[in-house]
Amino acid sequence: MAKAKKKLVVSDKVAIQIENMNKWYGSFHVLKDINLTVYQGERIVVCGPSGSGKSTLIRCINALEEHQQGKITVDGTHLSSDLKNIDAIRSEVGMCFQHFNLFPHLSILDNCTLAPIWVRKIPKKEAEETAMHFLEKVKIPEQADKFPGQLSGGQQQRVAIARSLCMQPRIMLFDEPTSALDPEMIKEVLDTMIELAEEGMTMICVTHEMGFARQVANRVIFMDAGQIVEQNEPEAFFNNPQSERTQLFLSQILGH
Amino acid sequence: MKNVSYVRTEMLQEKAPPVSQAGIIKWLRDNMFSNIPNSVMSIAALWAIYYVLSDVLPWTFQSSWNAKSLGECRSAIAAAYGEGTSGACWSVIHDRFLQLIFGFYPKELYWRPVVAFVLMFVAIAPVLFDGLPKKMLRFTMIYPFLAFWLLWGGSIWFPLMIIAGFVLGAMAFNVVSKMASSLLGIIAFALATVLWWLFFAGGAAGALQSIVPLSIEAVPSSNFGGFMLSITIGIIGISLSLPIGIVLALGRQSDLLIVKVICVGFIEFIRGVPLITLLFVASTLLNYFMPPGTNFDLILRVIIMVTLFASAYMAEVIRGGLAALPKGQYEGADSLGLDFWQSTRLIIMPQALKISIPNIVSSFIGLFKDTTLVSIIGLLDPIGLSTNIRANQEWNGVIWELYGFIAIVFWIFCFSMSRYSMYLERKLQTGH
Repeated sequence: MAKAKKKLVVSDKVAIQIENMNKWYGSFHVLKDINLTVYQGERIVVCGPSGSGKSTLIRCINALEEHQQGKITVDGTHLSSDLKNIDAIRSEVGMCFQHFNLFPHLSILDNCTLAPIWVRKIPKKEAEETAMHFLEKVKIPEQADKFPGQLSGGQQQRVAIARSLCMQPRIMLFDEPTSALDPEMIKEVLDTMIELAEEGMTMICVTHEMGFARQVANRVIFMDAGQIVEQNEPEAFFNNPQSERTQLFLSQILGH
Repeated sequence: MKNVSYVRTEMLQEKAPPVSQAGIIKWLRDNMFSNIPNSVMSIAALWAIYYVLSDVLPWTFQSSWNAKSLGECRSAIAAAYGEGTSGACWSVIHDRFLQLIFGFYPKELYWRPVVAFVLMFVAIAPVLFDGLPKKMLRFTMIYPFLAFWLLWGGSIWFPLMIIAGFVLGAMAFNVVSKMASSLLGIIAFALATVLWWLFFAGGAAGALQSIVPLSIEAVPSSNFGGFMLSITIGIIGISLSLPIGIVLALGRQSDLLIVKVICVGFIEFIRGVPLITLLFVASTLLNYFMPPGTNFDLILRVIIMVTLFASAYMAEVIRGGLAALPKGQYEGADSLGLDFWQSTRLIIMPQALKISIPNIVSSFIGLFKDTTLVSIIGLLDPIGLSTNIRANQEWNGVIWELYGFIAIVFWIFCFSMSRYSMYLERKLQTGH
């Protein structure tokens, strides 16, 4: 990761606004009073110990998890229990999962064209062209006719990224995209994500890849026990963490 | 300590596996005589096979095909193969073959079930095998009405009016689902279709028949029998129980409490009751609930009961498939913005059904074999017919030949289904 860090523009238009959001699993209070404003073009890395609610936070943004209190606005659309609103937001917000969640019964190309054809009502041919464009971008156009089960983990995750991009989303969410991968494959996925960031995509990544955070993030958020403990620019965050909890966490993950 | 450092300068090439000694001797040694217990078992098994075949084969082939009664058959075998020879009287099959196939269907109209049977393969081919032109599916959709008309005969306007009910329902669905939700659309579909059938279809068919008389000779259900009856009940049950089972399985997982309670109640009730009691309900009790004078076809009642019974099992089989799907598949579909029906149809169901194929086909096979139970309520399926044939003076005493023949025919159907399911599993295999 020796590439020189490009200067990326962050606009002052709001992409996601989360106000006083609270969430419980049963009686367990998972997310406590979350306030977060994400601007268009931001690359945010969310880190923190396991069970701190970071995955739950980003899964609330596209309503994979329901929040009980507070207000989430994505791209001007208020996230309520109205299914039409939820589907509209989901088609604007791409998501990559730790375990890829590709559809094993469909070929790579069909995985990529399914949502554009059925949700966006794009003609099949056009959807296939778009899909091939994004598969080339993640550098696996030659796998288009294979099935997910025939690909390596890194390739599957890149297909998952391409599949999300085919919906032309304005925001991408990454939920620990490299946690299930071998070290050799992590780099190929991170390279794809870096490229995406450099094109100005608004991204929120839950990840433990601190090198990635340093290189592309413009903001790092540290969560613990369901709340945002600290957020800062990466330089300041890594070199000069303010809270004790952050210092302890960083010393543990960077200490070896 | 010795120096353990080592550096490989050249990566090794892949080599072919060692050629093992092939041939029959090697195969025998590996598979039958690898050690003493295995050898003993093999010899015992060979002896058992010989013992059974040495009786069954002569019985099967030292047989008579053309006798008119059991006595005539026995003496023909004695004359041909010597006194005391025990041989099969296949004559009974020869003599009653058409009856075993068609029951008491009028002889001059045999071509109708035959045409329906042959067309059935044309209708199911595009469903079973891809690579056939998609347009064939249109024929598949018309086929049930065509087959109904061919088998039962009567005015062609009646099946056409039944189709009209579906068309009307589809129109109602289109209008309502655009105005309100797709759930209300489905309710509108069902209401429009059923109301049309109950109140207008009969009258309209009669009116059209009097204007343009288009009909073939009607055959009453009481003339149906033999394998024709088994296949009719089996095929209708199979092709309806799968879609109904899917709906019930989805309903059971629904968030809507009433839908869920209805589905669970239905499934648990039907599964908790033996099929035979449902058939008795169909043959006797159901008439008490009908207005006096209504003639509700017995075969239709039986088909409804068999279908409901199979649907309840099918629902549970499919629920197993749904439960086996990882949660990530639902989330993957949701995160792309697919709505419930899209993700169910495109992502969830194809995978759940694929997982359930072996169980679905088991269920189909079970249903097809269960059609023989209708003999108990007096329908003349092959089993019912054989009781009749054996009660006949000429064939009194024939057991093995009749039931053996019926068993073989059932086995051919069931084995084909089982083979097809294995082919389907291989075809849908997409991972490594």
